[in-house]
Amino acid sequence: MPMQQTTEQLDSSAPHIEVRDLTMAYGDRVVLTDINFSVRRGEIFIIMGGSGCGKSTLLRHMVGLIRPAKGEILYNGVSFTDSDPRTRDAIVRRFGILYQGGALWSSMTLAENVGLPLAEFTLLRPDEIREIVSLKLAMVGLKGFEDFYPSELSGGMRKRGGLARAIALDPEILFFDEPTSGLDPLSARLFDDLILELRASLGATVVVVSHELASIFAIGDDSLFLDAGSRTAIAQGNPRELLEKCEDPRVRRFLTRGKETAREAKSV
Amino acid sequence: MVELMGSWRLGNALPPATEIDRQLKSDGRLRRVAFDSTQLGAWDTSLLAFVVRIIRSGSARGIEIDSSGLPEGVQHLLRLVESKPSRSTSEAVSRWRAMLHNLGTATLSFFEAGLSLFDFVGLTVLAFLKLLTGRARMRFSDLMFQVQACGVQALGILSLISFLVGTILAFMGAVQLRQFGASIYIADLVGIGIARDMGAMMTAIIMAGRTGAAYAAELGSMKVSEEIDALSTMGISPIEFLVLPRLIALVMMMPLLCLYADFLGMLGGSAVAATVLNISFVSYFGRTAAAVSLVSFLGGLFKATIYGVLVAVAGCWRGFEAQAGSSAVGEAATAAVVDSIVWVVTACGLFAVIFNVMHL
Ligand SMILES: Nc1ncnc2c1ncn2[C@@H]1O[C@H](COP(=O)(O)OP(=O)(O)OP(=O)(O)O)[C@@H](O)[C@H]1O
Ligand SMILES: [Mg+2]
Repeated sequence: MPMQQTTEQLDSSAPHIEVRDLTMAYGDRVVLTDINFSVRRGEIFIIMGGSGCGKSTLLRHMVGLIRPAKGEILYNGVSFTDSDPRTRDAIVRRFGILYQGGALWSSMTLAENVGLPLAEFTLLRPDEIREIVSLKLAMVGLKGFEDFYPSELSGGMRKRGGLARAIALDPEILFFDEPTSGLDPLSARLFDDLILELRASLGATVVVVSHELASIFAIGDDSLFLDAGSRTAIAQGNPRELLEKCEDPRVRRFLTRGKETAREAKSV
Repeated sequence: MVELMGSWRLGNALPPATEIDRQLKSDGRLRRVAFDSTQLGAWDTSLLAFVVRIIRSGSARGIEIDSSGLPEGVQHLLRLVESKPSRSTSEAVSRWRAMLHNLGTATLSFFEAGLSLFDFVGLTVLAFLKLLTGRARMRFSDLMFQVQACGVQALGILSLISFLVGTILAFMGAVQLRQFGASIYIADLVGIGIARDMGAMMTAIIMAGRTGAAYAAELGSMKVSEEIDALSTMGISPIEFLVLPRLIALVMMMPLLCLYADFLGMLGGSAVAATVLNISFVSYFGRTAAAVSLVSFLGGLFKATIYGVLVAVAGCWRGFEAQAGSSAVGEAATAAVVDSIVWVVTACGLFAVIFNVMHL
């Protein structure tokens, strides 16, 4: 399997992902404005914030499912938002995305799900594809479930299946929408370890939407804190450093589970 | 002072707040309302609802509400309810304004739907052109699967319905024709009716309920569970991958199904002719062959093909339009069936006019 660790990619110092002045809206309803951040190559970037603040919306913009109302997103310094379809396709093909519920194609078996991107975008022969598929499934701990349909798997297994599909083409950038929500604490922990391992082995940049504190502190290198009230990002930085240094009461409340500022909150 | 007594449970009816309302209204000097809950028994949300109503109508008249007399728990819940509006748009709107607003929204959403349909059809045509130049991502196995699902598996219900419609047409005609001693023309009536219009129409309506609804439900649930997003972010066009095989399968199968429906409909007619009018199979089908021109027969198959396009487009489009939520899937299926039947019947009317003008 090819690993994307060619020298030309490693020595480029430009940020891998850059979001400039992004405004997001559904119709007339603005969800977030003035979002600016960049993600360095190989880092795990967390997008966090309370429920409904627009984390999934931001992710959907980053992968090109929704067009920004304003601003642009760049990958490797190339504009994704204003690019022609061909460039766009080339960029999208370097993505691996894990959706919140796994989003495995329900009419296909697990092996077909993981094998489809390989069949569509590589020149591999069917037996080689089968080989790679069982490798990928083994990586996420689903060896032996090749012929199961998504409806025959548990929620956690579906997520891992979605992960196997996301890494089928050895992507450069992995996007996860709440990878550990709905998992029991132990499985969530294992999933975090899996993300760290994949980052190490694939050398991929990882963007994670999460509001699970344990997982945020365990894997995050850098993070962005979105706030629904002010409709923008109010803090950025390493989550552990934010916990130590950030002054903003909203961020503190979130990172400490409301313990620290609980009294203030009540008196408001 | 409002005195609260006894037990307040959701199962019991709420005391009419109108009484309190009336009192608040009648006494213009009233400045303050307090509660006394010393006699209060068990309570639940019903009490909360009652108190909230008083507070609302009181504050509308500038009357101060003193909630300190309420049980601790109620005060707590009140603070939760009142503290911060989750959304700030819930202003009271007059009925007239609301009606105008609804009218406006409905008009807008009508145009939006038209626009999105236009968009969808355009993308589908582009995808089809890509397929013709061999660049579309459609799997042959998917096409075969859909062909089987909308072809062979539809034969049972199609046989039943078309045979029965044939017999119904024949019965209706038999009564009239016998009076004129023109019984043999039953074959003309059934044959031409089925071949020109009824065969195609019946097939289309059955396929709308069977296949169109299935398309909408399948694609709708794929949309809801982000499976369609997963395709497009993988660089696979959902239109090419999901819509093309369904559309092509249905369009390929419709003329064949229609042919089959035509035959069974005529068979139904001949069964009635044989039993009620004593016309033999041989003379019935001989007469049919003479009466039904090749043009009207092929015209029927052509109409069926067009209806196939309409049913498939309605099903796939409605599926793609589905919004989040599991009720969306059911709504998509319903909308798909309604759309396809409306479109098919409209098209049938248009065809009647066009064929008439062209003297076919
Ligand atoms: N398809 C849509 N149409 C209109 N508004 C939407 C749509 N999807 C989301 N929203 C709105 O956008 C806002 C942000 O939603 P989003 O799903 O991004 O939140 P989130 O941060 O991912 O929340 P959660 O943590 O609960 O998943 C919400 O207020 C929601 O009402
Ligand atoms: Mg979300």
